Amino acid sequence: MSDPAVQAAVTTNASLNPRVKARKDLIKRFKKNKAALISFYVILFLIVVSIIVHVFQLFGITITPHSPSAVNLPDRFQGPSAEYWFGADHMGRDIFSRILHGMILTLGIGFVSVFMGALVGVPLGIISGYYGGKVDAVIMRIIDVLLAFPGILLALAIVSILGGSLVNVTIAVAVYSVPGFARIVRGSTLATKKLEYIDAIRALGAKDGRIIFKHILPNVMSPIIVNATLYIATAVLTAAGLSFLGLGAQPPTPEWGAMLNDGRGFMRDAGHITLFPGLAILVVVLAFNIFGDGLRDALDPKMKN
Amino acid sequence: MGKEENILSVKDLQTSFFIDDGSEVKAVDGVTFDVPKGKTIGIVGESGSGKSITALSILKLIDNPGKIKGGQILYKGDNLVDYNERKMRKIRGNQISMIFQEPMTSLNPTYTVGEQISESYKIHQGLGKKESKRKVIEMLKLVGIPSPEKRIDQYPFELSGGMRQRVMIAMALACRPEMLIADEPTTALDVTIQAQILELIKELQDELGMSVIMITHDLGVVAETCDYVAVMYCGKVVEYADVRTLFKNPRHPYTVGLLNSLPRSDVDQEELIPIKGTVPSPDEMPTGCRFAPRCPFATEKCHNELPELEQIGLGEQIRCWIYTDEWTGDPEVKVYEP
Repeated sequence: MSDPAVQAAVTTNASLNPRVKARKDLIKRFKKNKAALISFYVILFLIVVSIIVHVFQLFGITITPHSPSAVNLPDRFQGPSAEYWFGADHMGRDIFSRILHGMILTLGIGFVSVFMGALVGVPLGIISGYYGGKVDAVIMRIIDVLLAFPGILLALAIVSILGGSLVNVTIAVAVYSVPGFARIVRGSTLATKKLEYIDAIRALGAKDGRIIFKHILPNVMSPIIVNATLYIATAVLTAAGLSFLGLGAQPPTPEWGAMLNDGRGFMRDAGHITLFPGLAILVVVLAFNIFGDGLRDALDPKMKN
Repeated sequence: MGKEENILSVKDLQTSFFIDDGSEVKAVDGVTFDVPKGKTIGIVGESGSGKSITALSILKLIDNPGKIKGGQILYKGDNLVDYNERKMRKIRGNQISMIFQEPMTSLNPTYTVGEQISESYKIHQGLGKKESKRKVIEMLKLVGIPSPEKRIDQYPFELSGGMRQRVMIAMALACRPEMLIADEPTTALDVTIQAQILELIKELQDELGMSVIMITHDLGVVAETCDYVAVMYCGKVVEYADVRTLFKNPRHPYTVGLLNSLPRSDVDQEELIPIKGTVPSPDEMPTGCRFAPRCPFATEKCHNELPELEQIGLGEQIRCWIYTDEWTGDPEVKVYEP
């Protein structure tokens, strides 16, 4: 802390707003990790493409080579070709077009469910960690119950209660991500709460709400962000799994998991029907995982430099 | 004491921690002292003597599993023990403020100095940005931080330890409280900076007319800053006296031991005299006087019966059998009497 060289470096750089500087440092650290950087660009590219495809579709314009639901029976089971880049499925639909159209669903479920999960899990975790005692015991036992089910089983149960649809799959995946957020946030809150500046701010007469939102939340933000990124990958996988089991997207929705299911019966003769949606899921999940790992390394102060 | 008006009177304060296995640790066990208006009272004791818990109890900042079990904390005649959390919040930072030991960790690293000091104004006075900024600058000037207009936008990590402690003091005093509790404010600082911070607290005390509770284990700090001293041992006050009496005429064997273990500049000493033994752990607290196992004069009675805090002379209080009529040990021990 009192190393003169460090102090000097700090003071010379400090002319810049430190908050801006911290952000710049973070970006610099993140950029050192090439795999994570590439993953970030891949994610960005996929998001942009899926939005463009979706927006055009909303106005009735199909910008993919084919319409995702255009059935062309003579071409069924056709392998990859100039016309059907990823081949055609058992109804002669263009797999490439279907993957592009399904992307917004996959990413949407990922983002929305994790956002919903965080919206519930983060407050639960903070309240649990901050107040402790009985409140903590009650919340954490509920979380333990949720954790006791394997994720896919829990999601299955929720979807079978609510009925199979994309919205319900999103809800199921959100419920399934709540315990993760609650646990991580509770841990960080416990650590932050013990810091002396929380005592100091309490000694100034601050209300609990002010302490939680202004002084604890910013300090538990980085684990939340990292957890969210990594959870998107899990959410995508779970959602695809549910659709594969026929509980999510219903035909002819070009959801990737549902597409896998479509091709399941023809795997031996027309493997491309399952191969390409599978690869698409792989790319998205891998990208989010590597990006999340890179983000964690960049945000973790102990790993600095 | 006597005729002086007390801004705060702590009477028989008991704070305990209730451990999961059902046992109770009495961190503060019947602490009594007064804080006269505008004066500084020192609370001295070793680590674990309950001095910090006493301070936190006054602001009711004791967290689970700790609890104020009994006693009174009379602030301007009102018993704070009966106050609910909402009423306490109005007291904290506004009427009674506290500064902490560790200036490195007592400031939130994610906010600028200005933002943190203005918290006080936002909490208690609901001031807007511009108004509070003006007041923050004024406050930084008051605590002797040069070029406050620039410092206001700096983060805690850009300041030295002494500067941070000044910022802490500015934060605590922002709303001009009538009382400041300083919990070892100088322990983490260099000796030269210590002197500056103590000097600053003294100056501000004169300027704002506030009372100070100075919690420390450093008798030097006490001699320098305090008007009255309460010596604590194992959760109890063993001696309360004004600072001159305490240093000139220490009575309790523990106080005597503490003073003997300090190097002195006026006496030629070969060796310092330590207090033998160690502080008893809370689960094996002696039934009699807490200090008996380490006391060179302890009698049978000392080991078995706990003495009360008795008034001796003018404004002096002492918890020791030696100074009672029931003393059966060596009468020569009373040599400390003036």
